[in-house]
Amino acid sequence: MNFRGYVRNDGKVGSRNVVAVIPSVVCANDVAQAVVRQVQGTVGYFHHQGCCQLPPDLKRVTDTLISLGLSPNVGAVLIVSLGCEGTDHDRMLKEISASGKPVEIIRIQQLGGTSRAIQAGIDAAQSLVLKISSLQREEVDLSNVVMAIKCGGSDATSGMASNCVIGYISDKLVDLGATVVFGETTEFIGAEHLLARRAVSETVGNKILDIVEQMENRALSVGCDMREGQPTPGNIAGGLSSIEEKSLGAIAKSGSRPIQGVLDYADRVTDHKGLWIKDTPGREPEILTGMACTGAQFMCFSTGRGAPQGFPSMPVVKICGNPLTYEHMQHDMDINAGKIITGEKSIAQVGEETFAMIMRVLNGEMTKNEALQYFGSIDIHVLGPVI
Amino acid sequence: MELKLGLKVHDADNVATIFAEGIEKGAEIEVRDQHGQAQRIAVLNDIPYGHKVAIEDISKDTLIKKYGEEIGIASHDIVKGEHVHVHNLDSMRGRGDLEGGRK
Repeated sequence: MNFRGYVRNDGKVGSRNVVAVIPSVVCANDVAQAVVRQVQGTVGYFHHQGCCQLPPDLKRVTDTLISLGLSPNVGAVLIVSLGCEGTDHDRMLKEISASGKPVEIIRIQQLGGTSRAIQAGIDAAQSLVLKISSLQREEVDLSNVVMAIKCGGSDATSGMASNCVIGYISDKLVDLGATVVFGETTEFIGAEHLLARRAVSETVGNKILDIVEQMENRALSVGCDMREGQPTPGNIAGGLSSIEEKSLGAIAKSGSRPIQGVLDYADRVTDHKGLWIKDTPGREPEILTGMACTGAQFMCFSTGRGAPQGFPSMPVVKICGNPLTYEHMQHDMDINAGKIITGEKSIAQVGEETFAMIMRVLNGEMTKNEALQYFGSIDIHVLGPVI
Repeated sequence: MELKLGLKVHDADNVATIFAEGIEKGAEIEVRDQHGQAQRIAVLNDIPYGHKVAIEDISKDTLIKKYGEEIGIASHDIVKGEHVHVHNLDSMRGRGDLEGGRK
């Protein structure tokens, strides 16, 4: 089975063709925002990290921004550096350029301040957009696809309808030779034994148990009941009583295929296809960023309460399990999986409807969040303090 | 949406999830299982959409099961028909408030 995508010099295939404007540090966001506002065809990754952090986090931020720049949906990159930040913007330039993508960098301090940097940034971004704007889509095999998955704003319908639809899609894409990545390690707590059982090896199984233990220990170290943090007040209002219940519903979206391994937060997928886990928290900005780092061309996102978020360069297909929410929030929700709850459709029927939409989205059709430009859900998950 | 429906997901479950609006104390709901079998239960509290009802008596410190797996432990005696939620179900994970972390 094929889709029509943008074939990059490194062989990856994108479903979108944007110029990514990447601030190397939070302090460069204002200049980057001015550039993105002015130049059509650009998106900005406006995160809040990149300085006054411990070395492992600075490396993590640099690695994350490199992986975002290497995303197949990104055709060219403009790095916006302040000049004195802790991230390694020279390594960003070098590693993203190595993929064969056009990359430019502007340095705010060196250029003489905000207005000059904005002008240089607009000129550079305009050239990059013009350079990639005539690229045409080509027919490629579906095995080039990387799907990211996530659930957010969950309620009791999520585990019984929308997550089951994503599980159906996940199995189908894995069987077609594609790659699927799911995360939200917090939402494995109480269900990790079921995931470890599906690991391809004991080593991978133990790694799954390890990342869950580390995540739970971070919560335990605060010395309180994590309930209300996870599950969230909205989850609880929606009927989810414990993290165990939320997790058991959440893992339904991973389908049933064997788990090939565990990726770190900033990692990109390799040529080893199939179903993978990425170690991420559950909060939207951090997981959407981590998932875009994998190289995913799109995300399937399940919700019950009604989560509208999206990511700048990665279309997000919203699958709503709650029929009442779907009615209330039709302009944010792409697929009505509430029909499973009302008994009008089966999981397979909504699964096929979703699969057909995914094919259209891969070929260029916008998701509802893209059309609304509700796509600012971006931030980088760091582990240490800001110092 | 007229049917006052509860779903029992797995044979081992002692709670069902209600997918109907406006379930008030004293209402009768139909709880279906995965084999299509149905039982009628009178609910003892107002229960919101998506929330759980006990489908058997659950004594304090008994495991509460949904999807055939543990979702928590009863913090009080719970009787059949009662709303099951954070007021009578304790999570066993991420419990930094308890000595030893969990259970």
